[in-house]
Amino acid sequence: MFQRKGEEPFTAVDGVSFDVEPGQTVGLVGESGCGKSVTSLAIMGLLPRRGPKISGSVRFEGTELLSLSDKQMRDRRGRDLGMVFQDPLSSLNPVIPIGLQVTEVLERHRGMSRKAAQPHAADLLDKVGIPDPTRRLSEYPHQLSGGMRQRALIAMALACKPRLLIADEPTTALDVTIQAQILALLAELVQDTETALVMITHDLGVVAGLCDEVNVLYGGRVVERARRHELFKRPRHPYTHGLLASIPRLDAPRGERLVPIKGSVADNIPWTNACAFAPRCPNALDTCVETTPVMEADNGRLLRCHNPVEQEQEVSA
Amino acid sequence: MLRFTVRRLIQLVGVVAVLSLLLFAWLRSLPGGPVSALLGERGTEESRARLTAELGLDQPIITQYFKFIGRALSGDFGTSTGVQPGTAAMDIFLERFPATLELSIFAIVVAVAFGIPLGYLAAKRRGGWLDNLGVVGSLIGVAVPVFFLAFLLKYVFAVNLNWLPSYGRQADALEATRVTGFFVLDGLLTQEWDAAWDAFVHLILPGVALATIPFAVIFRITRAAVLDVLDEDYVRTAESKGLTLQTIRTRHVVRNAMLPVVTTIGLQTGALLAGAVLTEKVFAYPGLGEALAISFERRDYPVLQMVILMAALVYVVINLLVDLSYALIDPRIRTR
Amino acid sequence: MTTTKKERVDALAASSAKKADDSGVSLAASAWRSLRRNPVFLIGAVLVALFVLVALLSPLLAQHDPGERMLADQVVKARNEIPPAQAGHPLGGDLQGRDLLSRLLIGSQQTLMVGVLATVLGLIGGLVLGTLAGALGGWVDSLVMRAVDVMLSIPSLLLAVSVGVLFSPPNIYTVIVAVAIVQVPIFARLLRGSMLAQRHSDHVLAARSLGVKPGAIVFRHMLPNSLGPVIVQSTLVLAVAIIDAAALSFLGLGNPDDSVPEWGQMLGTSQQVFDSHPNLAFWPAGCIIVVALGFTLMGEALREALDPKNRR
Repeated sequence: MFQRKGEEPFTAVDGVSFDVEPGQTVGLVGESGCGKSVTSLAIMGLLPRRGPKISGSVRFEGTELLSLSDKQMRDRRGRDLGMVFQDPLSSLNPVIPIGLQVTEVLERHRGMSRKAAQPHAADLLDKVGIPDPTRRLSEYPHQLSGGMRQRALIAMALACKPRLLIADEPTTALDVTIQAQILALLAELVQDTETALVMITHDLGVVAGLCDEVNVLYGGRVVERARRHELFKRPRHPYTHGLLASIPRLDAPRGERLVPIKGSVADNIPWTNACAFAPRCPNALDTCVETTPVMEADNGRLLRCHNPVEQEQEVSA
Repeated sequence: MLRFTVRRLIQLVGVVAVLSLLLFAWLRSLPGGPVSALLGERGTEESRARLTAELGLDQPIITQYFKFIGRALSGDFGTSTGVQPGTAAMDIFLERFPATLELSIFAIVVAVAFGIPLGYLAAKRRGGWLDNLGVVGSLIGVAVPVFFLAFLLKYVFAVNLNWLPSYGRQADALEATRVTGFFVLDGLLTQEWDAAWDAFVHLILPGVALATIPFAVIFRITRAAVLDVLDEDYVRTAESKGLTLQTIRTRHVVRNAMLPVVTTIGLQTGALLAGAVLTEKVFAYPGLGEALAISFERRDYPVLQMVILMAALVYVVINLLVDLSYALIDPRIRTR
Repeated sequence: MTTTKKERVDALAASSAKKADDSGVSLAASAWRSLRRNPVFLIGAVLVALFVLVALLSPLLAQHDPGERMLADQVVKARNEIPPAQAGHPLGGDLQGRDLLSRLLIGSQQTLMVGVLATVLGLIGGLVLGTLAGALGGWVDSLVMRAVDVMLSIPSLLLAVSVGVLFSPPNIYTVIVAVAIVQVPIFARLLRGSMLAQRHSDHVLAARSLGVKPGAIVFRHMLPNSLGPVIVQSTLVLAVAIIDAAALSFLGLGNPDDSVPEWGQMLGTSQQVFDSHPNLAFWPAGCIIVVALGFTLMGEALREALDPKNRR
C-alpha cells in the first residue's frame, strides 16, 4: 500500500484493509512503528506529496479519496473527515486563540463569518465538556490543561460534524483519569452524531472500552481482525495473545506472572516469504520463515497465521 | 501586557546602570585618563588643571561617578577635539544621528524586504536551486569583511561604471531645504523631488553594503524558522481541518515562524551602527559611524564616548522594542 | 536586554546538555558519521586544512623576506605607481616595494595566530565566568550574568573598538585582546546555560549521590558535556576574529608595525589606495574570505550535526 522511495524502498504498510460503518468504532492496535499512523495519514491525504507512494483504495461513501485532487481533498478534510492527534499541546497553534482555531473550520467549510461562528464555537466547546466556553474562546493553548486541550482538538475535528473521525492515540499524552474522560466523550459523540470512528492506539484498554471491531497490526499488516469480545475472549494470533497476556490484571490469581512478548519491533523480518512476527513468536514453525501467511476467515474473524493459538483464553475483557 | 512592559523597563534601568559603570571605568582607563578623554591630547597644562578640579578628580571615586552620571544625563559629553573641533559632542550627535538613522532604515528595509521572502521561498522549496544558492550566498556574505564589500561596490558602481555617487548624502550643488535632517524625507516634504531622489541615490551603495550581513542572517533565520514550523504538529492539524493553503501559510506557518525572525531583525538593527562605522567611512557618509571612525584616528574622546554610549543605548532600546513585539506575537510571553 | 542573542545561546547550550543525557558518547560518533559524508563540512575542512598547511609551510614557500623593500625603486609616489607583476614576483609589490606573494604567504602565520589566540582567550575568559556562574549559582551567577548581559548589549564590533582605543599605541596583541573580549560574554553564556541545564540532570545527580566531589563533577561530568556547542562556537569565532581584526586595522586601531604581515592589516591599510591599486586589497581580502568561509562552513556543519533535531 505504501512505499517510501529513498535509499532503500521501505514498505511501511501493506494490505491493511478495513471498513467502518456510521456510528461504528474500529480499532487499529499495534506497537509503535507498526504502521497505524501512516494508515491514518494516508486516509486523510496528509502524507507528504513527494516521497511516499500510495497505492490501494480509500473509499468514502462511494468516492475514491485517493483519486481526488489536492483541492478536492482539502474540501473534504475538516468537513467529511476529521482527525484528532496524539499530543494536544503541540497539535494546537500556540500563538492564536482557541476560538479562532475552532471558528476557522466553520469559516472554511460552512462559509460563516468569524463573528457568526463564535456562538457555534462556544457550543462546540461546551459539547466537548469545556466549562465556561465563551471565555475559553479567547484563551491560548498554553492556558488550558492537557485534558482541556484534547477536548478543544476534538471540538475542532467535530466542528463540521464529519462522518469519519480518526483518533490517533488521542489519550496517550494524558493522565489516566483524563484518558477515561476523553474516551467516554468520544464514545458519546460517536453515538450521538452517527460518526464512524477509527481509533488508533497501542493500548488494548482503550480498545476494550470503545471499539466494536479490532484490527491488530504487526509490521504493517493486519494479523488478526475480530469483534471486540471475540478478540479478548479468544485471541488466536500469537501476537494478539501475547499483547493480552502482557497486560497486568487485578483479578489475576496471586503469583501469576505476566508474560512479556520477547524482543521488539526491531526484530522484524520482512513479510516476503515469512511471517514478520516469527522471530518473536512462541508458536513459530518452520513454515513461518518459509512462506508468508495469508489472511483467512476463521469463525467470523480474519487471521494471518500458520499456527494460531488454540487453547481457550481464560481472561475476558 | 502592562506588567510585562513594566518589568522589562525595570530590567532596562538595571542594564543602563551597569552600562554607566562600565563606561565610567572605560573612560578612566583611556590613555591619559578622563582629562585627556575630554580635552584630547592637545590640552594645555592650564586647562588640564582647571578641568581636573572641575571634574572633581581629587574627590572620592563615588562622587566622581555621580558627577559623571550628572553630566551624562544633562547631555554634556564635552567638546569635540578632532571630528569638528570646538563643537559640543552632543550637537555633533544631534546633527549626525538622522543621517545614520536614514541609512540604517534603508539598510534594514532592504535586508528585510529581500531576506524574509527569499528565506520563506528557500524553505518551501528546500533543496531547490534558490535554496542552495541562498544558503551558500549567505555563508559567503558573512565571510566577506563589510568594509571590503563597500569598497568593492564603490569601485565597481561609482568609480568604474559611474552609475551612483561615491560619497556623501547629497550633491552640494542642490542646495536643498533642510527640515527634519532626513534628506529623502525633506525632499518629499518640500516637494524638491530632485533633492529627494539625489539623497536616495546616495543611500543606495552604503545602504546595500550595510544590508548584506543583516540580509544574510535574516535569510537564514527565516529559512530555518519556516522549516521548523512546517514540521510542527499544529501545521498538520491545520491541514487536517482542510484549511486553504493561504490560511495555513499566513495564520499557522508565518505567524509562528516570525518569532525568531523578529528577534533577529531587532538584533541586526541594533548592530547596524557597528557596520555603519565601516560603511560610512568608506563612503564619507556624514553620520555617526563616520564621526566614530574619525574619532578613533584623531583620538577625539568626547565624541568617542558619546557615540559608544548612544550606540549601546539604541541597542538596548531596540532590544526592549523587540521583546515587546515578541510579546505581541507570542501569547505565551504576554500572559505569563 | 538582548533576549535574543542570549536565548539562542541558551537554547544551544540546553539542547547539547539534553543530548548528552540521551545518548552520551554515541552523539559524537553519530555526528562524525554524518559529518564525514557532509559536503559542506568537507569543503570547510579542506579550506581550513589548506590554510593551516600554508601557515606552517610558509617559511619554505615564501621566496622573499616579507619585510624587505626589494622593489622600492619601482615605487613612484608622484605617479602613484607600485611594482607590477614580474619574473620572481608573480603578484608584484606593495606600496613599500615589498613582494606581495611572500607577504601573503607569511601573513597566514600571524592571521592564524590572531584567530586562534583570540578564540582561545575568549574561550578561557568565558570558561572561567561561565563555569563560576553555572557551577556555583546564586549571587555569583546573578552578578556575572548581569555583567555579561551588558557586554552583549553593545554591538560586538563597537565593543572591540572600545577596548581597542584603550591601548595606545596598539600592537598585534592588543588587537587580539580587543577581538577576544567580545567573545567572552558569548562563551560565558553558552557554558553557563549548559551547566545550568546539567545541574539537575540524571548523570550529575547520580555522580553527586555517589559522593563525587563538586570540583570533579564540574570538570569530569559537566564540562565535557558542554563541549559540543563550545566547539561549534569556537569554529565560528575563528572566522569572526580574523574579520574583526581586519576591521580594527581599517579603523586605524590595528597593529601599526607592518614588518611582519597579517592579512587583516594588509587589507585594512590597503583600502586607502583601493581606487588606484585594488589588487593590493583583493589578495588579502580573498584569503580572508576563503579562510573565514572555511571556518564558517565547518561551524555550520558541526552545529547541524550536533543538533538533536537533525538526528532522525
